[in-house]
Amino acid sequence: MMGLIVEILSWILIVSGGAFTLIGAIGTLRFPDFWSRLHAASVSESAGMILLIFGMCLQAGPTLITVKLLIIGAFIIITGPTSTHAVASAALTSGETPESDEDTRKSQEGKS
Amino acid sequence: MLRTILTALTLFALWLLMSGIYKPLIVWMGVGSSVIAVYVVRRMDNAADTERLAVRLRPLTTIGYWFWLLIEIAKANWAVTKLILSPKMNLNRHLFKVPYTQKTDLGQTIFANSITLTPGTISVEVEEGDFLVHAVSYSGDDMDALSDMDRRVAAIESAGA
Amino acid sequence: MFLVAAIALFISMALVLVRLYAGPTLYDRVLAVNSFGTLTVLFIAVLGFLNGRPDFLDIALLYALINFVGTIAILKFFRYRALGDVSQMPDTKGRK
Repeated sequence: MMGLIVEILSWILIVSGGAFTLIGAIGTLRFPDFWSRLHAASVSESAGMILLIFGMCLQAGPTLITVKLLIIGAFIIITGPTSTHAVASAALTSGETPESDEDTRKSQEGKS
Repeated sequence: MLRTILTALTLFALWLLMSGIYKPLIVWMGVGSSVIAVYVVRRMDNAADTERLAVRLRPLTTIGYWFWLLIEIAKANWAVTKLILSPKMNLNRHLFKVPYTQKTDLGQTIFANSITLTPGTISVEVEEGDFLVHAVSYSGDDMDALSDMDRRVAAIESAGA
Repeated sequence: MFLVAAIALFISMALVLVRLYAGPTLYDRVLAVNSFGTLTVLFIAVLGFLNGRPDFLDIALLYALINFVGTIAILKFFRYRALGDVSQMPDTKGRK
């Protein structure tokens, strides 16, 4: 009985993790500019990664494999945002300025 | 000296966890590699006279913060997922400043990484007293949510830091 | 179940490769490489479970380490045009 619950739970986690990585990849293709693509990439890096790692942990059970999976997860959760920030700040210093929809909308509202 | 021995022991424990093979020869190789690693790190410490990074956090509050952050990540992911899958993407990109109140470097790093970890907001640049944050669907609530996060990160720094 | 995840990861990797090819800026490509690396780590892990050989996790862990260092190295190279000690270089902020 317990085994069945764990099995179903890990099914849900792993399949939804795969779905989230797919959504993130679709986002990197669909979004119009570099700055919004950063956000799409971080979907597959946070949600997809966490769900997949936890799903695999449930499959592995209390073994050394779970420890390794958690170490991989902790490593990605620390380095993922760090490298995203590095890419973003490198783009900003190279003169790649993001356009702001908020500002354009405000100035349009001001005109009308 | 105590610090060095503790580092070596921690490295060796990590090695044991990663290896999973406990034959005498292999274990001695593990001992050797952790000793070499500690030797190299000590040499690097002597060469570069930088300050040691002190980790002073409240343990229980930190764990609580992680659970809160996981829920935030889930919520933010859902918002960005809806944005990606909606046929007409209603983006509202905006670059704005978020002040931080953490005193230590570690606290600031945790705050900046938490901002980036929640999809929808990315910390782009660190300035004196505030972060430059890029949001993909900016609304007035973002500022409140981020200052709430700022307060929570400041709370996990211990008072002695 | 691992097959589903492996196929999803494989399609995502293909889509990210399309972004890597399309660009248009350098930073889009760096982002795509970084994203591709993270997906590869997960793909290797899932593949290990799929084959019933979780030893693959060691490779995944190593790949995660190399991916991070590689991304930072690429960014540093394009900013300073060298990989050595930054303090000894002329300050060339940003690309021409």
